[in-house]
Amino acid sequence: MLHIKCPYCGIRSQKEFAYGGDATVKRPKLNSEVSDKEWDDFVYMRKSPRGKHTELWHHISGCRQWFKAQRDTTTHEIFETAKINEEIK
Amino acid sequence: MTQSHRLNNIGLINRNKKISFKFNGKKLFGFEGDTLASALLANNVHLVGRSFKYHRPRGLFGAGIDEPNAKLQVVINGQSEPNINATEIELVEGISATSQNCWPSVEFDIGAINNFLKSFFPAGFYYKTFMWPKSFWYRVYEPFIRKAAGLGVGSTEKDKERYEHKYEYCDLLVTGSGPSGLASAYAAAKSGAKVILAEDKPRFGGSLLTDDVNIDNLSGKQWADKIISELKEMPNVTLKNRSQVFGYYDHNMLVMFERTGDHLEKKSKYHPRQRLWYIRSKEVILSTGSIERPIVFGNNDTPGIFLASAAKEYMKVYGVVVGKKPLIFTNNDSAYETAIEFKKNGIDPIILDTREEQDTDLINDAKNQGIKIKFSHAVAVANGYKKVKSAKIGKLNSNKTGFENIETVECDCICVSGFWTPTVHLTSQSGNKLKFNKDIDAFVPDKSKQKEITIGAANGSFTLKETIEKSFESGANVAKKLTEKEVNIQVPSVTEKKQKTHDKFWCSPLPKNENPKRFVDFQNDVSVSDIELALREGYRSIEHVKRYTTLGMATDQGRTSNLNGLQLVSNIENKIVPEVGHTTFRPPFTPVTIGTIVGREVGHHYMPTRKSPMHEWHIKNNAVFVDAGAWKRPRYYKQGNENLLEASKREAKNVRENVGICDVTTLGKIDIKGPDSAEFLNRVYTNAWMKLPVGKARYGLMLREDGMVMDDGTTTRISENHYHMTTTTAQAANVLSHLEYYLQIVWPELNVNVVSTTEQWAGAAIAGPKSRELLKKLFPDLDVSNEGLPFMGYVESSLFGVPAKIFRISFSGELAYEINVESDYGLSTWEKLMELGKELRVQPYGTEALSTLRIEMGHVAGPELDGRTIPSDVSLDGMVSKKKDFIGKRSLVKEAFIKNDRQKIVGLVPTDRKSSIPEGSHIVSDKNAKLPNPKLGHVSSSCWSVENNNPFSLAIMKDGKNMIGKKFFAVSPVHKKTIEVEVISSHYVDSKGERVRS
Ligand SMILES: [Zn+2]
Repeated sequence: MLHIKCPYCGIRSQKEFAYGGDATVKRPKLNSEVSDKEWDDFVYMRKSPRGKHTELWHHISGCRQWFKAQRDTTTHEIFETAKINEEIK
Repeated sequence: MTQSHRLNNIGLINRNKKISFKFNGKKLFGFEGDTLASALLANNVHLVGRSFKYHRPRGLFGAGIDEPNAKLQVVINGQSEPNINATEIELVEGISATSQNCWPSVEFDIGAINNFLKSFFPAGFYYKTFMWPKSFWYRVYEPFIRKAAGLGVGSTEKDKERYEHKYEYCDLLVTGSGPSGLASAYAAAKSGAKVILAEDKPRFGGSLLTDDVNIDNLSGKQWADKIISELKEMPNVTLKNRSQVFGYYDHNMLVMFERTGDHLEKKSKYHPRQRLWYIRSKEVILSTGSIERPIVFGNNDTPGIFLASAAKEYMKVYGVVVGKKPLIFTNNDSAYETAIEFKKNGIDPIILDTREEQDTDLINDAKNQGIKIKFSHAVAVANGYKKVKSAKIGKLNSNKTGFENIETVECDCICVSGFWTPTVHLTSQSGNKLKFNKDIDAFVPDKSKQKEITIGAANGSFTLKETIEKSFESGANVAKKLTEKEVNIQVPSVTEKKQKTHDKFWCSPLPKNENPKRFVDFQNDVSVSDIELALREGYRSIEHVKRYTTLGMATDQGRTSNLNGLQLVSNIENKIVPEVGHTTFRPPFTPVTIGTIVGREVGHHYMPTRKSPMHEWHIKNNAVFVDAGAWKRPRYYKQGNENLLEASKREAKNVRENVGICDVTTLGKIDIKGPDSAEFLNRVYTNAWMKLPVGKARYGLMLREDGMVMDDGTTTRISENHYHMTTTTAQAANVLSHLEYYLQIVWPELNVNVVSTTEQWAGAAIAGPKSRELLKKLFPDLDVSNEGLPFMGYVESSLFGVPAKIFRISFSGELAYEINVESDYGLSTWEKLMELGKELRVQPYGTEALSTLRIEMGHVAGPELDGRTIPSDVSLDGMVSKKKDFIGKRSLVKEAFIKNDRQKIVGLVPTDRKSSIPEGSHIVSDKNAKLPNPKLGHVSSSCWSVENNNPFSLAIMKDGKNMIGKKFFAVSPVHKKTIEVEVISSHYVDSKGERVRS
C-alpha cells in the first residue's frame, strides 16, 4: 500500500485516495473547434509509460482535493506531489 | 504411553507441566513448551501424513517453517483447521490432530496405490491426461482431481474466533531475532529509535538457542536472554514473538501475522486468536536467517529422515531425540554439531561426510569424542516404508558420480545437511533482484530497492563473529539516519569453531540396478525424474519447469527444494545456477489464515451500514430491506402472507389510486453555491440552466466525456447563488467526485463550491392523485394549488415549526411531491404523514413498487443508464441542447453515435400477457436458431404493470423504434425461459405525461 503525501493534509495511507489518471491531459476548451483526433486523444488515448508518470489523485476520504503526484510506475516511488495549480518539476 | 524419546537434562520445556493431546485418536503426553511436532517425536511418532501425489508415508522433517510434510488437521478450541504445520503449533491441553490426505488411515492408505502406479503420474500428468474429451472435464475429471488432490478439509462452520487488525508506525522493523536481529535491534534501540523486533517462534534467539557458541563468556542462549531482557526495559522497543512478517509491500509497508491465542489454554471472549499488523517502517532490517537444505538421495522422503539442524533443535530446545541410532549425512561442518549433541546425550551417531578427510575444530571435536566418521561417503538409498530401518551407504568414486562399494547399515534416523540457504523471500518481495553467491551456492540479495537491508545469514554471512559485528554496525548506522544520534556500543567478543567450506554435492548417485524415487520437493511430490522429464520434453525457462512439475509451488514455497531443483536443472542443461535463474517469491511467506486477513470486517461489520432516520419505523412496519450500496432501503412492507410481487403490486396500485409515501433519503444531495453556479450546471448538464428561476426545479442529464449518460436527477434553484442537486443513490459519490474534478482542475476560474448534503436531509416522496390533499393537511397555510405550486415548483415552508423544503417533482409519473426536512426531524415528519394520510388511505411503498411505477412510465434508471447508452438511446435526445457546449457533447457526433440502427429503448409485453420476462433476457428473432443466436438486444427492467395488469419490460434493442409492433422472443437460459414478446413504446402509462402536471 502506497504512502501518499496530500499537499493539503500530509502523508496518508493509499486507502484514503482515489486514482485519477494522467495529470497532463488537457481538456479541449468549451465551444472550440475540436477535430475527431484531438477529441479521441483527449477521451481515450493514454500513455502507459515505464518510469516517471505525473498523475492525479483525489483525497476522497480526506480533504476532497484533487492533486498531482509524480510516481515511478515500476517501483511506485512517489517523487513529488503538488497542488493542481503548482508545477511538478 | 511413555515419552520414550524424551531426554532428561536438556531442553527449554517445562517438565512440571504435563499436557495431554490426541493424535489420530490416540491420547499422548508432552510438556508445556513443546510444539505438536516435538511432542509427537518424544512419543516416537514419526509417520504423520501421506504425500500429495503418491500417498507415500511421510514423517517430520524440519522443526519450524522449514517443515514440508507435517501438515495436520487440528482441532483447537473446538474448531477444526486444515494444513497446520505440526512444527509451528504449540502444545496446549486438549489439542487434537489428525493426518491428512489418507483414507482410511495414515497407517493404511488406499491412495498409496498411486505409489505403485507412479510411472502413470509423471510431471504434467494432469495436463496430458485430462485434455479431452472436453465434456469429461466438469463431469469426470474435475471432481476426481478435486477429491484426490488437496490436503486437509476446510471447515464449513462459522469461525467463532476473533481476529484483529492493527496499524503501527515505527523507525525500524527487524524481522527475526537470531544473532543479527538481536544485535542490530539492540544497537538501533540504544540510539532511541522506535524499534519493532519480530520473531516467528515463541522463543527469541534463533540459531543462538541451538548453536554451540560463546559470546562474552555466555552461551548463545544466555546472551540472547540478556539482550532481550534489556530490550524489554526500553520504552522505544516493541518485542513480538509468535509473529511472522510474511509480506513486504510498497513504501515500506510490511504485514505481520501474530499468533495471540492458540498457545493459551483459556482466553477471554474478546481475546483475539490472531492479529494482523500493518507496519509502516521508515527502515527495515531483514534478519531472516537461513534454512538448511537437504541432500537428495534414494527414498529420501522416508519417515525418520530429518534436517540435521532440526534434529539438533529437537534435542537442545525440546529435549527430544529423533532416533537412537542416527546416521548423519553431510557435505559441511555444521552437521557435526548435531552429531556431537547426540553423543553428549549418550547416543552413538555415524557421520557420512561427502568430503575427503578434513581437519577442522568441529571435526576434531567429533573425532576426539569417539564419533565414527566416514569421509567420501554418501547415503545412496534409505530402506524402510513407514520408518527408516537401514540405509545403503557407499564410498563415492573420485568424481562422485557413482559408488565404489555399497553396504547396508542399520539406523533409525538419518540427519541430513546440504549446507545453508539464506531466507531471501522478504527481500525479494521488496523488489530486490537476487545474486548468486558461489561460495555458498545460494542466492543472496542484490541492491536494496526500498529502505531495507538484509544482514546476517540471510545475506550469506555464516560466521557468528562477522554477523554480530556487522549487525551492531548496521543497527547503529540505520538508527543514526533516523535519530541523528551516534551510539557507542562495545561489540562482544565471539568464540566459535572455524568451519571449512562445504562440498558442492547436492544429490547422491543411484546404486547400480536400482531406481528409487529421489525427492526434490517433498510437499508437492516432485522427484528428480520429474524434472528430468520436463527438460526432455523441452521446458527450459525455470518458471515453466516450476509450473509443469509444480516444483516449489506448495505452501512451503520450496524452502527446502528450490536450490536443489535449480542445481538439477543446471546440471542437465550444463549451465551454472545463476544462468538458470530463480523463480519469484510472493507473499505470504508462510500461510496465513483467512480469518486474520479478514479481521473484524465480518458479518455486519463487513461494511458500514447506512440507515435513513426513518429506519426504525420501517422495521416496525414489517419492511423487507434491500441493499442499495451501503444503504438499507425498504423493498416492500409485508402484510400478512404477501410475497414480494403481491406486496409491490398493492403498494404501486395504491399510488396510482390514492397516495403513497416513499423514503427517498438515500438519494444523493449536493449543495452547489457560488456566483458561477448556473454557468457550472450549464456545462455539467446536457440541457439549458442559465434561465432557471429561483424557486424552480429542473430535470438534468449529465454525460461522461465519452458521451455516455452518467446520471440524472433534479436540481433546484434555492436562491440566486444556491442550488440543490439530487443524484441517484448509486451514483452519488461518483457525481460529487466528477463535479470536484471539473471545478478544481478543468475550470478553476469558476467561483463555485460543492458539498454533499445527503445525510443532512431526510426525504419523503408523496405520490398519487391524492398527494395534494395530503400536502394540504401537512401545510394548511400553504397554497398547494396547481397554480401556487406548479409542476417543478419549489417552496419552503414550516411543518409544525420544522423548516421543510417542498419540491413538486415526480419519479412515479403521478402527481407527486418530495419533502425534505433536517434529518433529525425525518422520523416525526414521516409519522405525521402516515397519521394525516390515514383517511386518504396512504400507504408506504418500497423500492420494488417504486421501480414498477417508473418502469411502466418508461422512466430510465440504473439498468438503462449502464454506461453504454447515450441520450438518444434512451429517448432523452430532447434533453440535449443544440446551442451550448457541455461535458461529453463533442462525443455525441461520433459516427457510431449518430447511426440509425443503434440499440434503443423500447417496451416489451409478453404476447400471452401473463409470463414475466426475466431481466437480462436476450432478444432474438428465432428461438430455435443455431448458437450463437444473434442477439438483438436485452431486457433491462421488468415489472408487473399495475395500470394494465400484465407484465411489462423495458429493453434496449437494435433499431428499437422501428421494431415497434413486431414480435420477437426473449430468451433467458439462466431462468430456462423463452417468452414471445411484442415490442411497444417504452411509455406504457400516461405517455403524454398529463398526470404529473394535473
Ligand atoms: Zn488532503
